[in-house]
Amino acid sequence: MYGRDEKVSTTRLTAVQYIVLGIFLILAYGLWRLQVSQSDSYASLAEKNRTRDVPILAPRGRILDRNGRTIVDNYPSYTALLLRDSSRDLIADADLIAQGLHMDVKEVKERIHRMASMPQYQPIYLKDDITPDELAFVEAHRNELPELDTIMAHRRLYPKGGFMAHLIGYVGEVSEDMLNQPQWEFYNPGDVVGKSGVELEYNSVLMGKNGSRQVLVNSHGKEVGQLAEIPAVAGKPLRLTVDIDLQIAAEQALEGRNGAIVAMDPRNGEILAMASRPTFDPNEFAVRVSREEWNKLVNDDNHPLLNKAIQAQLAPGSVFKIIMATAGMQEGIAEDMHVICNGGAVFYGRYFKCWVVAEHRTHGLVDITKAIYQSCDVFFYTLAEKLGIEKIAKYATMFGIGQKTGIDLPQEVSGVMPSEEWKLRNYRQKWFAGETISVGIGQGAVAATPIQLARAIGAIASGGELVRPHVAFPDDLPANVIPASTVPERVNVPIDPKNWEIITDAMADVVNPGGTAALSHLQGIDFAGKTGSAQTISNALKAKMGAAGKAAFKDNGWFAGVEPRRNPEIVVCVLLEEGEHGYLAARAAAQVIRAYVEEKQRTPGKVAERSKKVEVGAMWGTPDEELKAGKFVMDVGKPAAMATAAPEAE
Amino acid sequence: MSRYISFRDFDWLLLLFVLLICGLGVMEIHSATEHTKFAGSHIRQLYWIAGGLGGMFLMSLISYQKLLDGVHWMYIASIASLLSVMVFGQKYLGARRWVKLPGGNHFQPSEWVKLILILAVAKYFAEMQNRELSWTDFMKAGAMVGVPMLMVLAQPDLGTALTYFPIAVMGLFLGGLSWRQAGAVLLVGALLMPVALHVLKPYQRERLTSFMSPEADAQGSGYQVNQSKIAVGSGGIWGSSNGSQTHLDFLPVPQTDFIFAAFAEEHGFVGALGLLLLYFVVLVRLTQNAQTAPDRAGTFLVMGVVAVLSFHILVNVGMVVGFMPVTGIPLPLMSYGGSSVLFMFLALGMVMNVRMRRFVN
Repeated sequence: MYGRDEKVSTTRLTAVQYIVLGIFLILAYGLWRLQVSQSDSYASLAEKNRTRDVPILAPRGRILDRNGRTIVDNYPSYTALLLRDSSRDLIADADLIAQGLHMDVKEVKERIHRMASMPQYQPIYLKDDITPDELAFVEAHRNELPELDTIMAHRRLYPKGGFMAHLIGYVGEVSEDMLNQPQWEFYNPGDVVGKSGVELEYNSVLMGKNGSRQVLVNSHGKEVGQLAEIPAVAGKPLRLTVDIDLQIAAEQALEGRNGAIVAMDPRNGEILAMASRPTFDPNEFAVRVSREEWNKLVNDDNHPLLNKAIQAQLAPGSVFKIIMATAGMQEGIAEDMHVICNGGAVFYGRYFKCWVVAEHRTHGLVDITKAIYQSCDVFFYTLAEKLGIEKIAKYATMFGIGQKTGIDLPQEVSGVMPSEEWKLRNYRQKWFAGETISVGIGQGAVAATPIQLARAIGAIASGGELVRPHVAFPDDLPANVIPASTVPERVNVPIDPKNWEIITDAMADVVNPGGTAALSHLQGIDFAGKTGSAQTISNALKAKMGAAGKAAFKDNGWFAGVEPRRNPEIVVCVLLEEGEHGYLAARAAAQVIRAYVEEKQRTPGKVAERSKKVEVGAMWGTPDEELKAGKFVMDVGKPAAMATAAPEAE
Repeated sequence: MSRYISFRDFDWLLLLFVLLICGLGVMEIHSATEHTKFAGSHIRQLYWIAGGLGGMFLMSLISYQKLLDGVHWMYIASIASLLSVMVFGQKYLGARRWVKLPGGNHFQPSEWVKLILILAVAKYFAEMQNRELSWTDFMKAGAMVGVPMLMVLAQPDLGTALTYFPIAVMGLFLGGLSWRQAGAVLLVGALLMPVALHVLKPYQRERLTSFMSPEADAQGSGYQVNQSKIAVGSGGIWGSSNGSQTHLDFLPVPQTDFIFAAFAEEHGFVGALGLLLLYFVVLVRLTQNAQTAPDRAGTFLVMGVVAVLSFHILVNVGMVVGFMPVTGIPLPLMSYGGSSVLFMFLALGMVMNVRMRRFVN
């Protein structure tokens, strides 16, 4: 027996009971606090635990040519991202993540910090177009890094080798600067948007609306069910006015040269082809262009990123003489004007040479027709003197020189059409009459873009119908997307039919024996145009620099041509930088014109066949690995490849 | 003496409440493990309970006075078993707590040591009679509990080591600890606190402190507390039928240490409060048995069980609602696990033992 006689203190036993009661009351209070007073907030925490929003990226609309052939398509690509609602310490995991994704740790952390102020449901995009290795890393670390996830996105697949790169443009992640602008305010960081060309201009059509899936996940981030889904809305396809066959002809004509070609239907302003050289491969920075690559492209003296068809403003040279001729005829001065060309003449006390002296001959007696097909400078010096700068500027301006054409592409430049008022405004100086003489042959202060010249020459050949160029069919576009432009869609600049005939006939003579571009004659095709060789610096300066100057500052070659000569269906303007002579540019233009005519001759049979949908695979015949690498097989430079690309061209 | 004892005096009401709690536990284990790799745990738990019931009846047959007679041998044996764990124990998750038995079972001696400590403490204070509690008594009782406690702490198993503590406290309190002595002990304890924190392993220290602000490190040491609080809180008043915290694996070990959180999520405030009430009834009933014990030793013995059970509930439920640190102490009678179930039933067997002998003179 142990302690039978003495009982344990009852007070203390009772005290123990009260202590136990106290403990239970405290625990009950704990339950009350969690389950009754703060129940709602814990319920939402549980909700946040088990649900997760996974974005569904909308594929961007394809870009098609006028016949529905695919120019730009998409291919599946995986993007690594960080989910921010997993309440993991992202910064602490950054090292492992950066290692697995072959990224710079600093960049990973920077991306995490950049998103810090954004709502939790928005993931942090880390790396686009990850390799199979990196995808395997993500899959293998589902448990260790539940916040690391991937999404499949449709990535842009552009034609290889910079084919049509300037017109199409490229896409990229929307920048912070862009987001601060009102037209981008509804976009989110990480959104892929158009950055130039058609991709930028028609971003709202091409870009779809991302959807999202609300999924049920367990504590390992593993998806165990789906609660809701907002489907992604795919971007709409955009049909361009461009014809791939003509584009191929234009690209080939420019191969190995610097410059631009633009082909347009002057009846309605539809751009049929637009090429610029040098070019760039948008596939290379469809993912993310590195700073060095970018700087290289931006600082290149030949400006590969510049769409020279709308962004090169240069002296138009002798192509301007068509506008001069129109002005002179309409003013009643040029029709009966006869000038004797001795290789030059003196105006306002200064001797102005005609280009022909370089060939040790003269033009002799010149009328308006010969002045056009022989491109006689002396005739147009004289005409310029008689017209005066104000009349020249009036006509040039009516035909759109020195103004934006209003084409539906971003960052078109306006060029310059000098006038007395222009000089006063920009230089606070009086116009010197001598300056007018240079303007008469498209030199001096005149600067035009290839698209301006195409539009102006097309309008003159069409009897004064000036149209606004465009690359998308306005009827295809949603009403709110049609770009606003201050340029009217169509303007009629009256030209006397007699004058019209004389000018267009003279333009046809340019590509006939005796013309400046006789070698570009197209048998059986009513081809007409005007050559130009524009100095990049003054002759005097060039002479001073001697041989070196002559080599470094070669003339730019120009040609603007139409087919047929009156009421043309197509106008082509070619700029060959440092191309020396207009007839080389004429040859390039003739290639495009020939492609146009040949295609027209194939119609209706071939065209009807072609209007069927052509898949990108069929178009380019590319194996899958190359598709993933963003490469197209079609090489614009090689006719053999082109034959497979477009069998109709045979 | 033993011929007067009868199962008519067995505390059937206590057993009923105990089995009610066990039944809820089995249901909750089933619910929490249904689609996991632990599926079927509830069946094994039923076996443990059946085994525990058998052990309880056996335990009630051996007179507790006989047990107390041989308690010094048991004490020596328990120290030896703890030593054997230190030497031969299986290292699992960084701690040496289990001894592998032939037949593939694992044995965790620290649970049984608890029973022996209850007996030893009961015997010590019963023999003390009505004498004033001297500092020598205090030191002796302290050492009796303190030595195995330190050995378990070294395994390291902070949770189990802490459960020895209330046995000593209960013994000292009922043994007549004076306020002056209590004050002195508390003062010394407070002074030793920094030393104790220094001795603890970093993960233990982190667990002890993180419960105060679990959100500060929601993915690290605060994760379990945080998820537990979310589970309990999202249960609301009536419980949430789908119980996503438990079933989507957010709640850690929902069948063992966090079974109360799982229960609270599925059955809400009403269910959880009801469960607490069941435990309270069990504790009140135990205390009644202590009061009707035939001798001091019986009282001490039953109150030792009360101390351990209350401490377990306080620490486990306290942890689940975020009042207490995560120490890995299971909820008696509910949490899955053989050692814990068997300990509870053997302890109850001792209580029954005392009760059946209440009219023995």
